[in-house]
Amino acid sequence: MKDENIYLALVVILAPLSIAAIGGATGIYAPLQHETVELRSWLTAREFIDLFAIARLAPGPGSMLAPLIGWKVAGISGALLATVALYLPSSVLCYGAARVWNRHRGKPWHRAIESGLSPVAAGLIFSGILALLRLGETGPLSWFTVALVAGLLMWRPKLHPLLLIGCGALVFFLLHVAGA
Amino acid sequence: MDQTPPVPLGAIYGLFFRIGLFSFGGQLTSWIHREVVLVRGWMTNEEFLSGMALSQILPGVNSTNTAVFVGQRLRGVWGATVAITAMLTGPFFAVILAGIFYKWVVGWDGVQSIMEGVAAVALGMLARMGISAGRGVTKGWAPALAMLVTFVGVGVLRWPMLGVVAVVAPISVLVSYYQVRSDEG
Repeated sequence: MKDENIYLALVVILAPLSIAAIGGATGIYAPLQHETVELRSWLTAREFIDLFAIARLAPGPGSMLAPLIGWKVAGISGALLATVALYLPSSVLCYGAARVWNRHRGKPWHRAIESGLSPVAAGLIFSGILALLRLGETGPLSWFTVALVAGLLMWRPKLHPLLLIGCGALVFFLLHVAGA
Repeated sequence: MDQTPPVPLGAIYGLFFRIGLFSFGGQLTSWIHREVVLVRGWMTNEEFLSGMALSQILPGVNSTNTAVFVGQRLRGVWGATVAITAMLTGPFFAVILAGIFYKWVVGWDGVQSIMEGVAAVALGMLARMGISAGRGVTKGWAPALAMLVTFVGVGVLRWPMLGVVAVVAPISVLVSYYQVRSDEG
């Protein structure tokens, strides 16, 4: 009885967030905290903050916090349900848009929209970089790394992402150990 | 364009699984771009970027929307399903494992510095993608202006993304429509 309510509640909370959260994961934290901590008391404030930290440390979008909460309150089936509830509605919408979009490939207006949208996308990429660098958690070392990696890739485009990621992780870790 | 043999679903799964598994502390759209456009040539630069703009305008996480877009373009409904499932498989198990070993993970602050390093590298890759993508699409004053206004509005002044795109995108599209027409006529 209680479990059924939890499953239903997960869907009722997450499915609207899937459509309402424009611009990625940051939009879902506040409503998620309100629903799970304040309204339903599934989690204490402390637990929520810990889960938030875990979701940020693990790979994947920050919104993987939702499956983690699902796992915490209703086990593995809760996690699966939370994932589907959070990602299915927005993905179906995106699929529909992509389908309509790709069906008209080659028409003049399609090409016009494509080449008109591309510079907007490039502007959004730079905006995203600036927003992340502004978060305040990043020190001068991060700024330096961003510039270095961008420069390295301009010079040697074939460098594999995993190699760079591994080196970045290692250098930051060693500096942390040396500093501690 | 479409006379090339279809991309195998297994290849789509493999690519997005790997990218999902390693997307620490920041989205790896730049890695998707690298593999899909530069290495494998599954899509053109403009195709990918316009899909990326679409992914950002639509609700949902940008990187998973991009996976849906690329999957749909390559193999329709199965391509999209496989791409987003692959993208989320690694993170799903990783986040639950992290939840299980939670005290250990949060307690050891070495983890934090590793994640910072990975996030900084991901940002550098994104910057490099922005530079090369920007250079490719900004031939002429109109696209360059569209890119600049978008960046200043959303990035520097922090205006709402949807509002800025709603103003800049139609103008940019209209200008390129007249260019496409005059190129053909």
